[in-house]
Amino acid sequence: MVDTQHDPRALWEAALDGARTRDGNFTTLSGTPLKPLYTPEDAEVDYAEDLGYPGQFPYTRGVHPTMYRGRLWTMRQFAGFGTAAQTNERFRYLLNHGQTGLSTAFDFPTLMGYDSDDELSVGEVGKVGVAISSLADMQTLFDQIPLDQVSTSMTINGPAPVMLAFYIACGERQGVPAEKLRGTVQNDILKEYQAQHAWLVPPEPALRMITDVMGHCAERAPHFNTISISGYHIREAGSTAAQELAFTLANGMDYVRRGIEAGMDVDTFAPRLSFFFDSHLDFFEEISKFRAARRIWARKMRDTFGAKNPKSWMLRFHTQTAGVSLTAQQPENNIVRTAIEALAAVLGGTQSLHTNSMDETLSLPTEKAVKIALRTQQIIAEEHEVAHVADPLAGSYFVEAETNRLEAEAEAYFEEIERRGGVVPCIEAGYIQKEIHRSAVQYQRAIESGSKKVVGVNTYTEGEGSPEIDLHKIDPGVEREQRERLATLRSERDGAAVTRELEAVREACGNGDNLLERFIAAAHADCTLGEICAVLREAFGKYKEPKIL
Amino acid sequence: MDRKIRVLIAKPGLDGHDRGAKTVATVLRDAGMEVIYSGLHQTPEMIAEAALQEDVDVVGLSILSGAHMSLFPRVRAALEERGMNDVLLTGGGIIPEDDMQALEGDGYSKLFGPGTPTDSIVGWIKNTMAERWEKEGASDA
Amino acid sequence: MGSEGTHTAAAGGPLRTPAELAEGVRGGNRRALSRLISWAENDQPGFAEALGAFYGDVGRAWRIGVTGPPGAGKSTLVNELALALRQDERDLDVGILAVDPSSPFTGGALLGDRIRMDELTADPKVYIRSMASRKSHGGMARAGVDACDVMDAFGIDRIMIETVGVGQAEYDVMAACDTVIVVMCPGAGDGIQAMKAGILEVADVLVVNKSDRPGADRLYDDLVEAVHVRDGRATADDGWTVPVVRAAAGRGEGADDVLTAVAAHRERLEQLGLANVRNQKRTAQVRRIVEEALERRVFAQADMNAAIAAQLAEGHTAYAVADSLLGEVTVSLSAQVTKLSPDAKP
Repeated sequence: MVDTQHDPRALWEAALDGARTRDGNFTTLSGTPLKPLYTPEDAEVDYAEDLGYPGQFPYTRGVHPTMYRGRLWTMRQFAGFGTAAQTNERFRYLLNHGQTGLSTAFDFPTLMGYDSDDELSVGEVGKVGVAISSLADMQTLFDQIPLDQVSTSMTINGPAPVMLAFYIACGERQGVPAEKLRGTVQNDILKEYQAQHAWLVPPEPALRMITDVMGHCAERAPHFNTISISGYHIREAGSTAAQELAFTLANGMDYVRRGIEAGMDVDTFAPRLSFFFDSHLDFFEEISKFRAARRIWARKMRDTFGAKNPKSWMLRFHTQTAGVSLTAQQPENNIVRTAIEALAAVLGGTQSLHTNSMDETLSLPTEKAVKIALRTQQIIAEEHEVAHVADPLAGSYFVEAETNRLEAEAEAYFEEIERRGGVVPCIEAGYIQKEIHRSAVQYQRAIESGSKKVVGVNTYTEGEGSPEIDLHKIDPGVEREQRERLATLRSERDGAAVTRELEAVREACGNGDNLLERFIAAAHADCTLGEICAVLREAFGKYKEPKIL
Repeated sequence: MDRKIRVLIAKPGLDGHDRGAKTVATVLRDAGMEVIYSGLHQTPEMIAEAALQEDVDVVGLSILSGAHMSLFPRVRAALEERGMNDVLLTGGGIIPEDDMQALEGDGYSKLFGPGTPTDSIVGWIKNTMAERWEKEGASDA
Repeated sequence: MGSEGTHTAAAGGPLRTPAELAEGVRGGNRRALSRLISWAENDQPGFAEALGAFYGDVGRAWRIGVTGPPGAGKSTLVNELALALRQDERDLDVGILAVDPSSPFTGGALLGDRIRMDELTADPKVYIRSMASRKSHGGMARAGVDACDVMDAFGIDRIMIETVGVGQAEYDVMAACDTVIVVMCPGAGDGIQAMKAGILEVADVLVVNKSDRPGADRLYDDLVEAVHVRDGRATADDGWTVPVVRAAAGRGEGADDVLTAVAAHRERLEQLGLANVRNQKRTAQVRRIVEEALERRVFAQADMNAAIAAQLAEGHTAYAVADSLLGEVTVSLSAQVTKLSPDAKP
């Protein structure tokens, strides 16, 4: 019998009952109701089973024993625009200012597998990223940047295997063998069908190309991450944190399954799978999400897939602060949002981090804006004393409760996806896309009704008028310059070699040979990205998305 | 007469980020409009052709690819080629203010930047169409 | 069929009056076609006059209904059928009417069928129109038939009408077609039970789509059996055994087989006397127009409900009130509808 006069909890609850509360929803960003207080009863954890030590199964507390004492996270700012030469300049600027890894943004034609001079590329060349149509362009991109001395991430999906081939061939031309290459190629096609929509061919042939990449790199480029299994795009498309977690890991498990079905030993390719998450506005939910991700993945890899190598159990991830949290109104506020989101990623144990620039709702970032974004990470690392202790929020009743909750919600989704036949059938039926769309619409309604506040947009607004900041402008001559480069390339290269290599690609599509190897040979023969992708589209067909609305 | 406002929502060009387009389509449906969603990777000609076949009152484009200065005018031109000078052309995405103003040159194109409440879009379409239908009714009388 | 690839608003210039629209349709002006379909949807008074002006040209098109449960792959199949029809050496013109439900709460609709038909948008001999069900029941079926009539007069050879077959209105639209294809796919476990009542009754061709999936053979067998144990019904199709066709539209397979079945059905109807079959079906259209017109006329005033409620409040029965409303009404569609006369061809 609880003595309500003296039991502290009962007293506190009674006090709550009587008290005024301010207006507002007390939920996570994803809409999950939050308690006013979390106590030990809310955080059911067995330290050894559920938390453990950094660098040990289940890795909830981090994938490395020393975490940031051993080495800080990589500060890896996404960059790319215009021509390879222009991006090369920005790369070198960032490296000179203390960036520790490169991350390449490509333009839409490149992302969709079209050359800069394709008629579908008109108006889009160099606008949201760098235009790379050939090995020559790739060489220019890394001019004065030795590939054995940097780690490079390439954010591309549909044509990723071809771009990776260009990178490997570029290394070869620099005299750097593939074994020395470090970096990541995003190459996560499942989330493309679900969220970002930059696909090249339908799912089955796309997944075959991915297993070809996994197989080739396991032997020849063992330090290169072959997939960055991404939740960022799923989140940015409107999903909740639980959905981001669930769909990302479900995709990851699908890749693992396919690697095994392709005849590979899970431990040969799993260590090179990496992840990429969003760090959104809800500070505690995000930290909990990162911890849940590590724990779930470790358990699945060891217990479901039977991986033996601890490296196969470790979920290593890159984080980007949430683009959708930025506002066009009062853009300087975005610096604050990004800083807090970056902090969440650090407290969540990310291996590498990109911080958004304040002007990105309006255009690609200016040099000044991207420098502030970089400095944000540096200040967090150097000034706020948060990188000395691994997994500092462990043991918080709130954070452990949230970690458990997110894990449980993810498991529910895994079951549902299984019930519906797996990831690809869910994509074809539009299930995942519809879940994401529904969350997106809910969020929009919450903002419009005012129940979700956004400073500068529906609260603390400052009226109409364009923000007074300088914006990055793309040089209009880029498209013309690329056309000229391509014209020169096409006229100077060995046409017979091009035809021969493209034919070899076509054959490999049909006979199951490793496509990445064929792409590397084609790259050396100066076949363009568009030419190779055209062969793939012809051989494998074009993908058409299902009806979602 | 059970007249509905018919809207075509399309994404021209290569960009596949359709959260905004789908959200706006849903909101317009919730506001009682008939929304034809033609999806991704549309060329200006495909958009204009669909607009003609569907006899839409409004075409809404979502462009986050930075290619708006090329794509908007091309869609406008393709519509005019087909005699569809009256169609309201609107849209949004990642478009800086001065580009928006440049594109809004003529009276019937209006663009909505990031953070605009979808109510504004609904309101603009409904008011413009109401005025237009009133004029039509008056001239038929 | 009018001039190919005509993008100008020629063939008559402005498209404001029924006469101009009718002339535009006869002249192959796609904007006129489009605009007139809108008139039908909006129940615009001038539509009937325009229809009368070109009704002599109506009758050449074969109207193919395509329905089935959600997720069966109808849009994909329609897309494949259209592509196959375009390959026909007769260079056929194809029309597609994609019908989707309106929200009962907001009256709006999301019409997303075009997304599966991208390559057809570029083909000048394909016309695709999305239609929302709007107020349910008669209205949508009437507008659907009207839209087909306009496409028919325009010169389209094959019209496919796609609906999600769940409601009375959708059933009515299908019943107005010459050949109805019902598309099913494995995995919709209880789909067959749900579909048996009603939709299977209206099927002239059954398609097992996604036939590469597990469960396809079972579904095929179930449908073949369902076709044979169906109670005989006395319809114009007497003697037609509904074929069950396998397809995998997502892989581009089966379209030709489906079209073969459709062609066979057409032959059967022509043997039985096509004109008669069609006139039987068209009586439903007359009924719908009468009902809509009556409803419009009787309940014309904005505050009708209040007026009726007031009468009821005086103690009159609903029958008495209805009787008095009907008594006050003279109904006619519009002065310009071609009146029936002994010599006039309807």
